[in-house]
Amino acid sequence: MEDILLKVTNLKVKYGQNSILNNVSFDVKEDETLAIIGPNGAGKTVLFRALLGLIPYEGKIEWKAGLKIGYVPQKLFIEPDLPLTTQEFFNLKEKNKKEVENVLLLVGFKKDSTDKNHIINQILKRKIGVLSGGELQRVLIAWALLGHPDILLFDEPTTGIDISTEETIYGLLHKLQEKEKLTIMLISHELQVVYNYATNVICLNKEKVCIGPPREVLDKESLAKIFGGHVGIYLHDHHEL
Amino acid sequence: MIDNLLILLLVGGFVGAAAGYLGSFMVLKRMSLVGDALSHVALPGMAIAIALQKSPILGAFIALTIAIVGIWFLEKKSTLYPETLVGIFFTTSLALGVLITPEPDLLEALFGNIEKITMIEGLLAIFLSVIMIITIKKISNKLILGIISEELAKSTGINISKINFIYLFLVGLVVALGVKFVGTLLMGALVIIPAASAKNISKTITNYYFFSILFGITSAVIGVLIASFYHFSSGPIVVLTSIFFFIITFLTKKLL
Repeated sequence: MEDILLKVTNLKVKYGQNSILNNVSFDVKEDETLAIIGPNGAGKTVLFRALLGLIPYEGKIEWKAGLKIGYVPQKLFIEPDLPLTTQEFFNLKEKNKKEVENVLLLVGFKKDSTDKNHIINQILKRKIGVLSGGELQRVLIAWALLGHPDILLFDEPTTGIDISTEETIYGLLHKLQEKEKLTIMLISHELQVVYNYATNVICLNKEKVCIGPPREVLDKESLAKIFGGHVGIYLHDHHEL
Repeated sequence: MIDNLLILLLVGGFVGAAAGYLGSFMVLKRMSLVGDALSHVALPGMAIAIALQKSPILGAFIALTIAIVGIWFLEKKSTLYPETLVGIFFTTSLALGVLITPEPDLLEALFGNIEKITMIEGLLAIFLSVIMIITIKKISNKLILGIISEELAKSTGINISKINFIYLFLVGLVVALGVKFVGTLLMGALVIIPAASAKNISKTITNYYFFSILFGITSAVIGVLIASFYHFSSGPIVVLTSIFFFIITFLTKKLL
């Protein structure tokens, strides 16, 4: 039997009278990449927040005992004034310099490079609040990877942020999947990404609309149910959302 | 009562260090006004303690504990910080405190008088300050992570609610210790201003902690010295000294 890392049963989340998630059930097995798709307001980020225990919910969320979770938030507003260097940000989780350097190499920072913004030592010295969007995104992924998590929860970055000129965030994830044998839960707007990288997909629109391997479940009918109507756009021009 | 200036300076220095260190998190948490308002809660507690002929520090501490449990609960239950509620609650306790504090003790309770501290209170203040500094050092990483992002903190298994409670408890304790020598109206300032000054000139968290503590100590020590030399009430002088550091660091920041 495959190893189940997370079992969610009849999950419900409400804000006041509004139901955000209703009767969502699914399992996450070891080594799978599970994509969560759905329109804005479908409750994707809320699902992650419930999984992390940040908001009240009904139903059951069962993590495998002793599981280490790495979480990459969608965005993080850090005031430029915050007196905290990137090095110190990593030290909050891990003091070992070698470990920190390893995860930074994994996410594409270099020991030396023509562009000083890509050099590990330069990044570590700067205040975390003044990093660019792409740099911060990579730093957050590296931070999540510190300590070798069993599962990575990855909330999609704002579309349009390229983490560097040569690499997209998804290319990076794909690389990590192969190198680190990570189980990944990924929120994405981009169906192309889901087709390319996910082993399974959950389509969410307050309720779970479909679940299964992307090529089987993402047919026209279920997509119409999630996004309503004009589906073709999303497949052909996946930067639209 | 302590008539040895050196011991008074020592008491002030230790309480200043603990207040500065704790304050460094309060400034980053954007809870500065809560710290300030919290110090007002001490007043009714002190008044009741004086009426019962108990130590005012004990009374302040009990009142503060009740208040921090309230804040902690509100912080936990509400996604928006219930500032208005806090404001109402604290001004109420200040008004009540002023009413029930006996007239002769009122000025002292409001603005502090370090010379009225007994030897036992002084030694207790030093001892508790050391304990507080050690405790806060232990939870500092978790606190900072929780300030940056609750999600990240939770994902690494940190119990945010517990950490916040320990932190608020320590704030209550330092305010209770400080009210005797800077008074309930001004103790908030001794928590906030050294950290605000430190933030002006720090780029790393290590420096930030260091300067918060340093400004806490120097404000208290220089303030107490000046106050005892010119026979002023200690509270306002200590606070004005810390404001002096704030102005210097603020100008330094502008010039750098």
